[in-house]
Amino acid sequence: MKRFRCAEVVELVTVYLEDALDEPARLGMEQHLACCGECGHRLDQFRAVIGVLGALPSEEDLRGDVRDRLLSAFRDRHRRGA
Amino acid sequence: MALAGGTLPPDDVVVAALRTGDEAAFAALLDAWSRGMLRLARAYVSTDDSAQEVVQDAWLAVVEGIDGFEGRSSLKTWVHRILVNTAKKRGVRENRAIPWSSAFERQGGPSDGSSRFSGEDGVPPGPWKDFSVLWPTPEDEALASEVRGQIAAALAGLPDRQRIVITLRDVEGCTSEEVCEILDISAANQRVLLHRARTWVRARIEAYFETVGRPA
Ligand SMILES: [Zn+2]
Repeated sequence: MKRFRCAEVVELVTVYLEDALDEPARLGMEQHLACCGECGHRLDQFRAVIGVLGALPSEEDLRGDVRDRLLSAFRDRHRRGA
Repeated sequence: MALAGGTLPPDDVVVAALRTGDEAAFAALLDAWSRGMLRLARAYVSTDDSAQEVVQDAWLAVVEGIDGFEGRSSLKTWVHRILVNTAKKRGVRENRAIPWSSAFERQGGPSDGSSRFSGEDGVPPGPWKDFSVLWPTPEDEALASEVRGQIAAALAGLPDRQRIVITLRDVEGCTSEEVCEILDISAANQRVLLHRARTWVRARIEAYFETVGRPA
């Protein structure tokens, strides 16, 4: 099992969250996280940021005229095709 | 094809519906994906109007090309690849550079490994320090809207490629495989861009909490 320093853990947070570490590295990471509060909090912060990003409302919608144009293009295409 | 609930049927059902000219199916797809596509397009072109046109042209290409869809990737990936190609061409026409770095990055934000965020010895960090105040969602609406503003500003300050990757992954909820296919990048590259982007946003939120301080 690899032993990690904090600076290494900081760089590996995303790889860890992607579950893309090999087994020895994952174990080493988990051991470090279990005893280093600072890195544990950073991981929590990452998770919180990801959570907020996933809950962002979308600011812009497809304009009504664009949507209408697309629907009529779809209809025309199938009238032609049929 | 089901319209309600926001969950689309499996690809083969959707594709068959599109090929037979099922307008409700096409409308459902438009409504499910266009917002995310606008957000993605906006990273490549300079105005909201351009982004609307890019998304329109991408959907027109989907309508024309659906008979040729072979199912080698998911329908979502295929549609988003068409969008990215359309947006890139448009960005080139607008002479818009896709920079690798921005002023924000040069100011030393991303991959800042400092430990300013640690609590005092033995004192557990409060909800402001570990962001648990944000998780799962902020209960305080004023805070929620302030943090959304901070995050929007943080995303806007990212280099385009980082912003595109974090938008697809964390905002739109694409998988890493989907992002790699949509953008034609390696898994390693995707992770590096995503990590830098998340690191930057995290640092900005931390800086915000430090500015406002811990409320009484
Ligand atoms: Zn540590």
